[in-house]
Amino acid sequence: MLLIQCPYCGVERPELEFSCRGEAHIARPADPSATTDEQWAEYLYLRTNPKGVIAERWRHIHGCGRFFNALRDTVSDKFLMVYKAGEPKPDPAQFSKEAGR
Amino acid sequence: MADILTSELYSADSSQAPLLVLPDVTIMPAAPAARVSLRCRETGLALAAKAFGTPIPQTPLTAETAANRAAFWLGPDEWMLVAPESQLAAILSDLETHLDAVPHSVVDISHRQDAVLVSGPRAGWLLNTGVPIDLHESAFAVGTVTRTLFHKTPIMLWRTGPDSFVVEAWGSFMDYVTGLLVQSAEELKAA
Repeated sequence: MLLIQCPYCGVERPELEFSCRGEAHIARPADPSATTDEQWAEYLYLRTNPKGVIAERWRHIHGCGRFFNALRDTVSDKFLMVYKAGEPKPDPAQFSKEAGR
Repeated sequence: MADILTSELYSADSSQAPLLVLPDVTIMPAAPAARVSLRCRETGLALAAKAFGTPIPQTPLTAETAANRAAFWLGPDEWMLVAPESQLAAILSDLETHLDAVPHSVVDISHRQDAVLVSGPRAGWLLNTGVPIDLHESAFAVGTVTRTLFHKTPIMLWRTGPDSFVVEAWGSFMDYVTGLLVQSAEELKAA
């Protein structure tokens, strides 16, 4: 079973306790009424979906209940790093190198 | 110490029959208790501790206990407070008085959850038929409390001793939890 580290609980827990909530670091436009339809559609629907390292939001829903962010390699399904919500996004390129891509 | 706590706060309900009695493991329904969900920021913790009578734990997965009191860490801003059933009204008003000046949420969840006491040398083994986390003492020490899953239902699990656990589940899910535990225990009889 895939084990995921929760940065709030400080322990590794089985994937069953978590739920994935898609790509991280997507900011809602500050003034929605000033955006064009294309910009709004991009914010709502368009994601990078890379083959390789991606920053994702995860929620420890059956544990502490908190959202956090994780860097995951979509090829190997390996978690490279977890960090608390609100912390800056690490450089995925650096982790891509470590992951051998 | 854990035994004392268990007998004070989580005692077997004498009005109900044990759900399972085997040489290696027993499951007893626990008597009703007052349960309060507390949510607040760090600023409120000292005040809540003063009102409730035990420190509010800030280390993840730990509990703080005192006579007739237990406070469980459930999340970075979420705790469950347990006390004898008769003291519920006093605890709610004490918390509201002390926390008046800080943003907080205090909710009575006494009747949302029930507890069962699972104990015996095979208690950890039995729980692990449905709990996906490692319950070995080196990974889940005495005193550890956590929310997790039992098969498909969320539970709260508190280890009160090397061979004793408290399992809390929502009232309508309790039959599912105990039913599966009793069924899984059949395997112990066969061995």
